[in-house]
Amino acid sequence: MSVLVRIPTPLRPLANGQNEVQLAGGSVREILENLVNSYPGIRERLMDEKGEVRRFINIYVNEEDIRFLDGTHTRIKDGDELSIIPAIAGGCR
Amino acid sequence: MNNPSASPQPSPEGKKGLSLMKGLKCRECGRIYDLAAIHVCDFCFGPLEVDYDYEAIGKILSRGEIEKGPNSLWRYKYLLPIKEEPTIGLHAGMTPLVRADRLGKALGLKNLYIKNDTVNHPTLSFKDRVVAVAINRARELGFRTVACASTGNLANSVSAHAASAGMDCYVFIPHDLEAGKVLGNLIYRPTVVSVKGNYDDVNRLCSEIGAEYPWAFVNINIRPYYAEGSKTMAFETAEQLGWRVPDQVVVPIASGSLLTKIWKGFQEFSSLGLVKRHPELRVNGAQAEGCSPVYQAFAAGRTQFIPVKPKTIAKSLAIGNPADGYYALDVIGKSRGQVEAASDPEIVNGMVLLAETEGIFAETAGGVTVACLKKRAEKGAIRPDDLTVAYITGNGLKTMEALTGYLPEPVGIDPNLASFQKIVHPS
Repeated sequence: MSVLVRIPTPLRPLANGQNEVQLAGGSVREILENLVNSYPGIRERLMDEKGEVRRFINIYVNEEDIRFLDGTHTRIKDGDELSIIPAIAGGCR
Repeated sequence: MNNPSASPQPSPEGKKGLSLMKGLKCRECGRIYDLAAIHVCDFCFGPLEVDYDYEAIGKILSRGEIEKGPNSLWRYKYLLPIKEEPTIGLHAGMTPLVRADRLGKALGLKNLYIKNDTVNHPTLSFKDRVVAVAINRARELGFRTVACASTGNLANSVSAHAASAGMDCYVFIPHDLEAGKVLGNLIYRPTVVSVKGNYDDVNRLCSEIGAEYPWAFVNINIRPYYAEGSKTMAFETAEQLGWRVPDQVVVPIASGSLLTKIWKGFQEFSSLGLVKRHPELRVNGAQAEGCSPVYQAFAAGRTQFIPVKPKTIAKSLAIGNPADGYYALDVIGKSRGQVEAASDPEIVNGMVLLAETEGIFAETAGGVTVACLKKRAEKGAIRPDDLTVAYITGNGLKTMEALTGYLPEPVGIDPNLASFQKIVHPS
């Protein structure tokens, strides 16, 4: 499964300046793991010490907050879009 | 375009400054920032909060110093995030703390008080506190335009304060607000933007607008300063109780900021020695059933809330994705308080009960608070002798639609004594 992942402005320098990247994975968690493995500098910004997504970062699949879906276990299908949005920063979407 | 929100611009430290702020500090990771118009940690995206020099404040502040101050929230200016003497919003705060014996009797409580912000100045809600602080700080930071995302009361207060300050003003509200709250903006002649969406949509849009324009969004880029104004609800309560901290407080939850700041206010007074340490203070939250993410998380024993899509008559509390929800849960948990939720009919009953027992006409949020207070009392979680304060944050004249069909019509008579005696038959 390959999806488009939108990177928020503050993290773009850590993703070679890209505002979106194409990544593979069957669930939100798998895609995020692939993201931080591909761009290691993003890991500590996106995830806490336990590897959980920091609580002031929201993840959207096709404009829907994953907290309304199945959290990081939310399944992903081809053509889906995943957005990483700082909860209170704004201006990235 | 000069964009104050994009470039940190600490204003002159001013050795004669009032408030002894050290900087802004991330509530999540603790990183320190300049005292600028910023609200988010660059590193972990957590919210920023004002960090004070409490040692220095402790040397200046005393009960006597406070008692000599003006009859407004500015008597606590050393614990508020401004650096110069305030010039706007000089009459906000010091609202009545009403001993509520009749409501207490109805609920089986002998020691109940109402903190009555239905009569706050100038726009009849607790938002006059946070806006008074935010507007002064925004002016210190050099802004000429003020803005907000609002469920109504905040927009009213920002509009009024901006008018009196002669500042340009943009307020953004959901399209379905009560007529009183819409008119309560328009009269001050700001630009009122009605957004086809709920508050959470408005808030997200405003975050984007805030990144484009050099405006002081009081609850976005000015939020670290703005939110501090809510502490004065606790300061006043303690002073009005004779420098005591209550056993129990009941606070409505929208973003969760008010509840966390009331807790912080009591903590600051305790640590500065202005009141006796009071480890027993229990902070209870009140939400509307139709928008209760904090209640649901608390009931399920979770430390994280799941956002909801609001559906309640308590529109001022209709925030489905509360910015301070995590911190509200934290405060409620560590103070051993609880959260209750009230249905729409219970909210109206709460409004009526408060009005008929205490003569206070609160908006729907006040109905939520009273309904949740009632539940706490009925469960015995608030004991009859507990010194209890319920926070009533807004005025009922702004949410009259909620009462449609709930109250009896006036008795109609002809203009003569016979008609009066026949139809009314007074006892």
